[in-house]
Amino acid sequence: MPRHQPATPAKQHIRPMPVGWWLKRTSYFLFMMRELTCVFVGGYALFLLMLVARIGEPDAFAALLEHPGSLVFHVLALPFVLYHTITWFNVTPKALVIYRGEEKVNPVIIAGANYVGWIVVSVALIWIAWIAIGSA
Amino acid sequence: MARSKEPIWWSMFSAGGVIAAFLIPATLLITGFAPLAGYITAEQLHDLIDRSWLVKIYLFILIALPLFHWAHRFRFTVADLGLRGGAALQAILFYGAAIVGTICAAVILIRA
Repeated sequence: MPRHQPATPAKQHIRPMPVGWWLKRTSYFLFMMRELTCVFVGGYALFLLMLVARIGEPDAFAALLEHPGSLVFHVLALPFVLYHTITWFNVTPKALVIYRGEEKVNPVIIAGANYVGWIVVSVALIWIAWIAIGSA
Repeated sequence: MARSKEPIWWSMFSAGGVIAAFLIPATLLITGFAPLAGYITAEQLHDLIDRSWLVKIYLFILIALPLFHWAHRFRFTVADLGLRGGAALQAILFYGAAIVGTICAAVILIRA
Protein backbone atom coordinates (compact mmCIF):
# COMPACT_ATOMS: atom_id res chain seq x y z
CA MET A 1 0.00 0.00 0.00
CA PRO A 2 1.47 3.36 -0.95
CA ARG A 3 2.28 5.69 1.87
CA HIS A 4 -0.08 8.57 2.28
CA GLN A 5 1.08 11.64 0.45
CA PRO A 6 -0.46 15.02 1.06
CA ALA A 7 -2.15 16.52 -1.99
CA THR A 8 0.10 19.55 -1.77
CA PRO A 9 3.51 19.68 -0.14
CA ALA A 10 3.41 21.18 3.33
CA LYS A 11 4.85 24.64 3.42
CA GLN A 12 6.40 26.23 6.42
CA HIS A 13 4.23 29.15 7.26
CA ILE A 14 6.27 32.24 8.07
CA ARG A 15 4.18 35.08 9.28
CA PRO A 16 5.36 38.22 7.48
CA MET A 17 6.63 40.81 9.93
CA PRO A 18 6.70 44.49 9.08
CA VAL A 19 10.26 45.86 9.19
CA GLY A 20 9.49 48.30 11.98
CA TRP A 21 7.61 45.84 14.22
CA TRP A 22 9.83 46.64 17.18
CA LEU A 23 8.78 50.29 17.09
CA LYS A 24 5.14 49.38 17.69
CA ARG A 25 5.30 48.84 21.45
CA THR A 26 7.57 49.98 24.27
CA SER A 27 8.23 46.37 25.32
CA TYR A 28 9.25 45.43 21.76
CA PHE A 29 11.47 48.50 21.54
CA LEU A 30 13.21 47.68 24.85
CA PHE A 31 13.69 44.09 23.67
CA MET A 32 15.37 45.33 20.49
CA MET A 33 17.54 47.78 22.45
CA ARG A 34 18.61 44.90 24.71
CA GLU A 35 19.51 42.80 21.66
CA LEU A 36 21.38 45.73 20.07
CA THR A 37 23.58 46.15 23.15
CA CYS A 38 25.60 43.28 21.63
CA VAL A 39 26.74 45.61 18.83
CA PHE A 40 28.39 47.88 21.41
CA VAL A 41 29.73 44.97 23.48
CA GLY A 42 31.33 43.49 20.33
CA GLY A 43 32.30 46.96 19.10
CA TYR A 44 34.17 47.65 22.32
CA ALA A 45 36.01 44.31 22.02
CA LEU A 46 37.01 45.38 18.49
CA PHE A 47 38.15 48.78 19.79
CA LEU A 48 40.32 47.06 22.45
CA LEU A 49 41.74 44.75 19.77
CA MET A 50 42.66 47.76 17.62
CA LEU A 51 44.20 49.43 20.68
CA VAL A 52 46.37 46.45 21.68
CA ALA A 53 47.44 46.03 18.04
CA ARG A 54 49.12 49.46 18.46
CA ILE A 55 51.11 48.65 21.61
CA GLY A 56 54.30 48.54 19.53
CA GLU A 57 53.63 52.07 18.21
CA PRO A 58 52.84 54.45 21.10
CA ASP A 59 52.02 57.32 18.71
CA ALA A 60 49.43 55.26 16.81
CA PHE A 61 48.07 54.04 20.16
CA ALA A 62 47.56 57.65 21.33
CA ALA A 63 46.11 58.67 17.96
CA LEU A 64 43.43 55.97 18.18
CA LEU A 65 42.61 56.70 21.81
CA GLU A 66 42.24 60.43 21.16
CA HIS A 67 40.50 60.10 17.80
CA PRO A 68 37.11 61.88 17.76
CA GLY A 69 35.51 58.69 16.42
CA SER A 70 36.74 56.76 19.44
CA LEU A 71 35.32 59.39 21.80
CA VAL A 72 31.96 59.35 19.99
CA PHE A 73 31.93 55.55 20.22
CA HIS A 74 32.59 55.63 23.99
CA VAL A 75 29.80 58.16 24.58
CA LEU A 76 27.34 56.09 22.50
CA ALA A 77 28.45 52.78 23.97
CA LEU A 78 28.14 53.74 27.65
CA PRO A 79 24.30 53.76 27.85
CA PHE A 80 24.13 50.52 25.81
CA VAL A 81 26.65 48.62 27.94
CA LEU A 82 24.92 49.86 31.10
CA TYR A 83 21.63 48.60 29.67
CA HIS A 84 23.32 45.27 28.94
CA THR A 85 24.50 45.07 32.58
CA ILE A 86 21.05 45.92 33.97
CA THR A 87 19.13 43.53 31.71
CA TRP A 88 21.72 40.77 32.26
CA PHE A 89 21.49 41.00 36.05
CA ASN A 90 17.71 41.17 35.94
CA VAL A 91 17.39 37.91 33.98
CA THR A 92 20.09 36.12 36.01
CA PRO A 93 17.59 34.93 38.69
CA LYS A 94 15.55 33.28 35.90
CA ALA A 95 18.56 31.32 34.62
CA LEU A 96 20.04 30.69 38.04
CA VAL A 97 17.46 29.41 40.50
CA ILE A 98 19.05 28.82 43.89
CA TYR A 99 17.43 26.75 46.62
CA ARG A 100 18.17 27.17 50.28
CA GLY A 101 16.70 24.03 51.80
CA GLU A 102 13.16 23.84 50.47
CA GLU A 103 12.91 27.56 49.88
CA LYS A 104 13.72 29.29 46.62
CA VAL A 105 16.11 32.17 47.16
CA ASN A 106 14.30 35.43 46.38
CA PRO A 107 15.21 36.55 42.82
CA VAL A 108 15.64 40.10 44.10
CA ILE A 109 18.46 38.89 46.37
CA ILE A 110 20.22 37.13 43.47
CA ALA A 111 19.96 40.19 41.22
CA GLY A 112 20.93 42.42 44.14
CA ALA A 113 24.06 40.35 44.83
CA ASN A 114 25.04 40.83 41.18
CA TYR A 115 24.60 44.60 41.42
CA VAL A 116 26.66 44.79 44.63
CA GLY A 117 29.37 42.61 43.04
CA TRP A 118 29.34 44.80 39.93
CA ILE A 119 29.85 48.00 41.94
CA VAL A 120 32.66 46.42 43.99
CA VAL A 121 34.42 45.14 40.83
CA SER A 122 33.99 48.48 39.03
CA VAL A 123 35.37 50.52 41.94
CA ALA A 124 38.25 48.03 42.32
CA LEU A 125 39.13 48.25 38.60
CA ILE A 126 39.20 52.04 38.59
CA TRP A 127 41.13 52.09 41.88
CA ILE A 128 43.74 49.59 40.55
CA ALA A 129 44.16 51.63 37.36
CA TRP A 130 44.54 54.79 39.47
CA ILE A 131 47.18 53.19 41.76
CA ALA A 132 49.06 51.63 38.83
CA ILE A 133 49.27 54.97 37.04
CA GLY A 134 50.27 56.78 40.21
CA SER A 135 53.12 54.35 40.87
CA ALA A 136 54.48 54.57 37.32
CA MET B 1 21.47 14.12 12.32
CA ALA B 2 24.48 16.00 13.57
CA ARG B 3 24.42 16.85 17.21
CA SER B 4 23.68 20.51 17.79
CA LYS B 5 26.60 22.78 18.48
CA GLU B 6 24.18 25.25 20.06
CA PRO B 7 25.16 24.55 23.73
CA ILE B 8 28.79 25.51 22.99
CA TRP B 9 27.84 28.83 21.41
CA TRP B 10 25.30 29.49 24.11
CA SER B 11 27.83 28.98 26.90
CA MET B 12 30.27 31.31 25.13
CA PHE B 13 27.45 33.86 24.74
CA SER B 14 26.65 33.50 28.41
CA ALA B 15 30.26 33.76 29.60
CA GLY B 16 30.76 36.82 27.39
CA GLY B 17 27.57 38.35 28.75
CA VAL B 18 28.77 38.00 32.34
CA ILE B 19 32.23 39.40 31.55
CA ALA B 20 30.71 42.30 29.59
CA ALA B 21 28.16 43.10 32.31
CA PHE B 22 30.72 43.20 35.13
CA LEU B 23 33.80 44.64 33.41
CA ILE B 24 32.96 46.74 30.34
CA PRO B 25 31.31 49.76 32.04
CA ALA B 26 34.32 50.48 34.30
CA THR B 27 36.84 49.70 31.54
CA LEU B 28 34.94 52.00 29.20
CA LEU B 29 35.36 54.77 31.76
CA ILE B 30 39.11 54.09 31.92
CA THR B 31 39.71 54.03 28.14
CA GLY B 32 37.18 56.67 27.15
CA PHE B 33 36.23 59.14 29.82
CA ALA B 34 39.38 59.25 31.95
CA PRO B 35 41.55 60.37 28.99
CA LEU B 36 38.86 62.87 27.95
CA ALA B 37 38.71 64.37 31.46
CA GLY B 38 42.52 64.45 31.70
CA TYR B 39 42.77 61.87 34.52
CA ILE B 40 44.99 59.64 32.39
CA THR B 41 47.14 60.27 29.32
CA ALA B 42 47.38 57.95 26.33
CA GLU B 43 51.03 57.38 27.27
CA GLN B 44 50.12 56.26 30.80
CA LEU B 45 47.46 53.87 29.49
CA HIS B 46 49.92 52.54 26.92
CA ASP B 47 52.55 51.82 29.59
CA LEU B 48 49.95 50.26 31.87
CA ILE B 49 49.15 47.66 29.17
CA ASP B 50 52.72 47.35 27.90
CA ARG B 51 54.41 46.45 31.17
CA SER B 52 51.83 44.15 32.79
CA TRP B 53 51.00 40.57 31.89
CA LEU B 54 47.96 40.71 34.12
CA VAL B 55 46.54 43.63 32.15
CA LYS B 56 47.23 41.76 28.91
CA ILE B 57 45.39 38.65 30.13
CA TYR B 58 42.55 40.87 31.33
CA LEU B 59 42.31 42.50 27.90
CA PHE B 60 42.44 39.12 26.15
CA ILE B 61 39.43 37.93 28.15
CA LEU B 62 37.68 41.24 27.55
CA ILE B 63 38.19 40.90 23.78
CA ALA B 64 37.56 37.18 23.23
CA LEU B 65 34.45 36.42 25.28
CA PRO B 66 32.47 39.56 24.37
CA LEU B 67 33.15 38.80 20.67
CA PHE B 68 31.41 35.43 21.08
CA HIS B 69 28.64 37.11 23.04
CA TRP B 70 28.14 39.51 20.12
CA ALA B 71 28.28 36.76 17.47
CA HIS B 72 25.57 34.68 19.12
CA ARG B 73 23.17 37.47 20.01
CA PHE B 74 23.69 39.30 16.70
CA ARG B 75 22.58 36.20 14.75
CA PHE B 76 19.19 36.40 16.42
CA THR B 77 19.03 40.20 16.20
CA VAL B 78 19.57 40.07 12.45
CA ALA B 79 16.80 37.47 12.10
CA ASP B 80 14.48 39.54 14.32
CA LEU B 81 15.12 42.57 12.13
CA GLY B 82 13.82 40.58 9.17
CA LEU B 83 16.91 39.21 7.42
CA ARG B 84 16.12 35.51 7.49
CA GLY B 85 17.99 34.27 4.42
CA GLY B 86 21.43 32.70 4.53
CA ALA B 87 21.30 31.71 8.18
CA ALA B 88 24.14 29.21 7.80
CA LEU B 89 26.33 31.77 6.04
CA GLN B 90 25.55 34.34 8.76
CA ALA B 91 26.52 31.87 11.48
CA ILE B 92 29.84 31.14 9.74
CA LEU B 93 30.47 34.86 9.30
CA PHE B 94 29.66 35.94 12.87
CA TYR B 95 31.21 33.04 14.77
CA GLY B 96 34.11 33.10 12.29
CA ALA B 97 34.72 36.80 13.04
CA ALA B 98 34.74 36.03 16.79
CA ILE B 99 37.24 33.18 16.26
CA VAL B 100 39.50 35.32 14.04
CA GLY B 101 39.33 38.20 16.54
CA THR B 102 40.26 35.88 19.39
CA ILE B 103 43.24 34.45 17.50
CA CYS B 104 44.40 37.98 16.55
CA ALA B 105 44.13 39.11 20.18
CA ALA B 106 46.12 36.09 21.40
CA VAL B 107 48.88 36.56 18.80
CA ILE B 108 49.11 40.33 19.36
CA LEU B 109 49.17 40.09 23.15
CA ILE B 110 51.70 37.22 23.26
CA ARG B 111 54.05 39.11 20.92
CA ALA B 112 53.60 42.51 22.56
